[in-house]
Amino acid sequence: MLQISDVRKTFFPRTPNEVRALQGVSATIPKGTWLSVIGTNGSGKSSLLNAVAGSFIVDSGAIRINDQEVTKLPEHRRARWIGRVFQDPFSGTAPTMTIAENMALAVRRGKVRGLGLALSTAQRRDFRDRVAAMGLGLEDRLDNPIGTLSGGQRQSLTLLMAVLKKPDLLLLDEHTAALDPKSADQVISLTKQFIERDSLTTLMVTHSMQQAASLGDQLIMMDQGRIIHTLEGDAKTRAMPADLLAKFEAVRQSKQLDRSAAEVLQSQYV
Amino acid sequence: MTLLIGSLTIGLILSLLAFGILISFRVVVFEDLTVDGSLALGGATAAALVIGGWHPVAATLLGAFASGVAGICTGTLHHGFGINRLLSGILVMTALYSVNLRVMGKSNIPLMHERTVMSYADWLSDALFGTTSVINVFGWEAVGRDIAGLLLALLLTLVIGITLYIFFRTNLGVAMLAVGDNSRMIRALGVNVGFLTTAALFVANGLIGLAGALMAQYQGFADIQMGIGMLVWGVASVILGESLVQSNKIGLLIAGAVMGSVLFRLLVAIALRWGLNPNDLKLITALAVFAALVLPRYLSQVTQFFRRLSDAADLRRS
Repeated sequence: MLQISDVRKTFFPRTPNEVRALQGVSATIPKGTWLSVIGTNGSGKSSLLNAVAGSFIVDSGAIRINDQEVTKLPEHRRARWIGRVFQDPFSGTAPTMTIAENMALAVRRGKVRGLGLALSTAQRRDFRDRVAAMGLGLEDRLDNPIGTLSGGQRQSLTLLMAVLKKPDLLLLDEHTAALDPKSADQVISLTKQFIERDSLTTLMVTHSMQQAASLGDQLIMMDQGRIIHTLEGDAKTRAMPADLLAKFEAVRQSKQLDRSAAEVLQSQYV
Repeated sequence: MTLLIGSLTIGLILSLLAFGILISFRVVVFEDLTVDGSLALGGATAAALVIGGWHPVAATLLGAFASGVAGICTGTLHHGFGINRLLSGILVMTALYSVNLRVMGKSNIPLMHERTVMSYADWLSDALFGTTSVINVFGWEAVGRDIAGLLLALLLTLVIGITLYIFFRTNLGVAMLAVGDNSRMIRALGVNVGFLTTAALFVANGLIGLAGALMAQYQGFADIQMGIGMLVWGVASVILGESLVQSNKIGLLIAGAVMGSVLFRLLVAIALRWGLNPNDLKLITALAVFAALVLPRYLSQVTQFFRRLSDAADLRRS
C-alpha cells in the first residue's frame, strides 16, 4: 500500500547547517496496517512523514502509494490519497470558517472544486450526524467558527475531516503532543475508533512510548535518519513501553561510546 | 444635490475597487500593490478602445480583463518565480505605467464626446424622466442623467456584490477563503495554493480594472495619473467597512466594502466642500487609514483601563 524505498533527504546541503534528515529509509505498510514510528528529536521521524505527504521532494529513493509512483508529485496532488493530522491543533482547520465549511472543504479532498454550492442541506445533515457521533457535543455548533473551539476539539475535528473521505493512507504527525492529557486520550480513542472502523492504512509518528507500545500493528524506531529497529507481529504485541525505553537507552550509550572512541582516536592520530 | 449624487455614484463605482482589495488583501491575504497600475490600465484600455470605435460595454469588459491579466502577472512573479509579494506588485505596477502610456498613446484621453457607458444613463434617464437634463426630485433640482447614472452604478454594485457572495459559498469560493485562512491545511486537502491565489488576483484586479474603466467613462477622461493613491483609497474603504459591520463573515464584509466606499467618498466630498485643499487629499486619506488602523487598538486599551478602574472600585466597595 505504502512503499518507501531507500529515501534520502539532506536539508541545507553543503552549508554549516546541513542536516541529513533521512539517510536511506525503507519501509512498507501493507493495506489496512497501522505503523507507528518513534524516535528522539531530530531522528527523522517527522521528516519521514513529511516526505510521504510531499511537504518536500526527497533527494533520492522512491515513494509509492497504492502502487502509484508519487516521489515527485507536489503535496496538493498527493492529497487525493492522503488524510493528514498535524501536530499543531491549529494547523488542520481554517479558524475563521465554520465547522460545516471546514468539513465541506475536507469532503472534497483531492477532487476538482467547481462552482457547485459547498453546503447542501443533505450534506449538513450528514456532517451533523458525524460530528454528533464523536460525542463532543459540537453538533449544534456547526455554524460557529472553528477558531472558537479548544485545541482538543479542533484536533478531533481535524481527525474527523482527515477520514471524512476515506483516505488510502492516514498520516498522523504526533497529533496528541500539543494537547492536555484528557484531550489527548479522547483524540487517541477517536483515532482507534476511526482506523478500526474503516481499516485504514496508517502511518503514525509519536513521541509517546505508551502510544507506540499499545497502538498499531508494526513499530519502527528511528535514529539519525535511519531505521534502527523494527517490531512486528507477536514481538510488537508483546512490546512494553519499558522495553522501548531500554532500546533507546542502548542506542544512546552506543553513541556516547562512539564519540569518546572518536576523541581517543583523534588525540592519538591527528 | 449634484454633489451628493456624484459622490454616491463615484463611491459605488469605487466599491468595485474595494471588492478587489477585499479579495486580495483579506480573502487570500496577498498584499497586492498592483492596484494603482491596474486601475489605470482598466481606464486606459477602455478609453483607447472607445476612441477606436469599440462598443463601450466591450471596451469596459476588455479593460477589466487587461487588469485581471496584470493580476496574473503579479501572482506568477510571486508563486512562479518566488519573488516577494510586495516586490511582485511593485514591479508590475511600475511596468504598467509604461504600458498604460503605450495603450493610450498619450497621457490623457478625453471621452466627453464619445459614446461611453454613460450613454446608457442618458437612455435610462430619457426612459424614466423623459429628459436627460434638470428634473425635480422631492423638491430638489437634479440632473436626470446623474440620477440614472447613480441607479446604474447601484444596480451594477448589487449584481457584482451578490455574485461574489454566491461565489464564496461554492466549493471553489470556500477553498479560496481557506487559502487565506490556513494555506497549510488547504494544501493538504489538495488545493494548488499558488494557482488559486493567482486566480484570486485575476478576479481582484479585474474588478479594480472595471472600476477604472467605469471611472474614466463617468468622469469623461482617462488619465495616466488616475490610479495614484487608489490602493490606499480601497484599503480605507475596506477598513471603514469592517469597522461598520464588526464581523469577518464574507457576506457582511462585501456589504461593508460598499458602505465603506460610499461613506468614505461622502466624507471626502464634505471635506472638500468645507474648503479642504484638493492637493492635501492624499495626505488626509493616508492619515485616515493610519487612524483607522491604530485607533481601535488604543480605544480598546482605553476601555480596558476604565473597566479595570471600575473593577477596582467594585472590589474596594465589597
